[in-house]
Amino acid sequence: MAKAGSNLNLDGQGNPVWLLLELTYRCPLKCAFCSNPTDLAAHPDELTTAEWKSVIRDARDMGAMQIGFSGGEPTLRKDLEELVAEANALGYYTNLITSGIGLTRKRLEGLKQAGLRHIQLGFQSSNPETAHWLAGVDCYDKKLRIAREIKDLGFPMVLNVPISSLNIHQVPEIIALAADIGVEYLELANVQYYNWALVNRDQLMPTREALAMAEAQVADARKQLGDRMTIFFVIPDYYEGRPKACMNGWGSIHLTIAPDGMVLPCSQARTLPGLHFPNVRDHDLGWIWHQSESFNRYRGDDWMKEPCRSCTEKEHDFGGCRCQAMLLTGDAANADPACSKSPHHHLVREAVARAGATRQDHRMLIARDAGWHPTEG
Amino acid sequence: MADSNNHNSLPRFRIAPVFMFRWEESQQAFVLMYPEGIVKLNTTAGEILNRCNGLNTLNDIVLELSELFSEQPDFIEPRVRQFLEVCHGKGWIQSES
Repeated sequence: MAKAGSNLNLDGQGNPVWLLLELTYRCPLKCAFCSNPTDLAAHPDELTTAEWKSVIRDARDMGAMQIGFSGGEPTLRKDLEELVAEANALGYYTNLITSGIGLTRKRLEGLKQAGLRHIQLGFQSSNPETAHWLAGVDCYDKKLRIAREIKDLGFPMVLNVPISSLNIHQVPEIIALAADIGVEYLELANVQYYNWALVNRDQLMPTREALAMAEAQVADARKQLGDRMTIFFVIPDYYEGRPKACMNGWGSIHLTIAPDGMVLPCSQARTLPGLHFPNVRDHDLGWIWHQSESFNRYRGDDWMKEPCRSCTEKEHDFGGCRCQAMLLTGDAANADPACSKSPHHHLVREAVARAGATRQDHRMLIARDAGWHPTEG
Repeated sequence: MADSNNHNSLPRFRIAPVFMFRWEESQQAFVLMYPEGIVKLNTTAGEILNRCNGLNTLNDIVLELSELFSEQPDFIEPRVRQFLEVCHGKGWIQSES
């Protein structure tokens, strides 16, 4: 899932703090909201175990403390346990971001032994049929089983449920299911419209009314559940009028390594035309972070145009998301059109109106049809 | 270290299992890490949490900090107590009797 940036109560003093490894783009699911590139089949050459270990060490030497193992589906890598053990030994807080498909009791035990701290499990719905529509394959029972195994082994767990028009009316049931599983955190993350989700935007975007109702239901649940479970409800920026403080700023604290070793300020950035992101196979990670043109392009605020340049909010939201500015306005240096001050904000309003006028029907969803990889055999 | 055998029934504090607490050389500070988050602690907060090891009571922590910062225990005690309450409220620490 595309995220607005992690919850980091410190700055990296010029160094990366959060390292995200996209170990593979292969996945046993075909989610219609997937944030992987739509041309992902063009990047098949994954880093070796030794190359990943070297990245993990180099980033730790630069000051990174949080590490996420993501994908695609990271458990398709048979060396996942070995990489987690390496990261744990170096002092990282280790996070696994998984669909759960491909996990077994045995692998979970191996990951626990390797020092894995936390698991974020992606979940589509409280309803097996809806989950099937969204994920493109029948996976509900398997996911539920693995969720209970994760808790049985005592891992702290975030259940991450991307919210769209297809499941927003199920929010109370999703909360009840999460509470029943016993997760510490439930993240109801409104789908952000990049890559496959952008392809499906008209079908996925919920109405303002549905959002307001879901928000009220979340508030009720928080009162009832108290400290038992923390619920995050990530408002979609299309409706908010304010852009997200994407990645806490470009090249500020987040470092993403794509499966083929390309180094990115965020996992969406690979789709930005005109930027040539360096690869760990060709360059030193420290040089890439500090010196490379691509990491410096949107660092700080020298690159900003109006209205961002003179905006009092620029220290807080950094002009929003560069990738969204590119995707919707054709120039990544424009203000994120999710911002109501952007001269392109009408694009977002029009997209909302178009989705509202679309007859939303799950049969119209376009499944992610690349990089599919069965877990059996 | 204070002898904690004299007050067996008093709560002892420890870091909650979700969290990872340690010294971070690159930040020259104690940090508390949790799923997708990090808190960098100031010196006093770090020294208090560093003593939440499952063995120390409030009194133990107060005595050690008063020594470390050369302050009277009476001055330190309400501040440590208040900070531990905040930490408890945030779910960072647990107490066991």
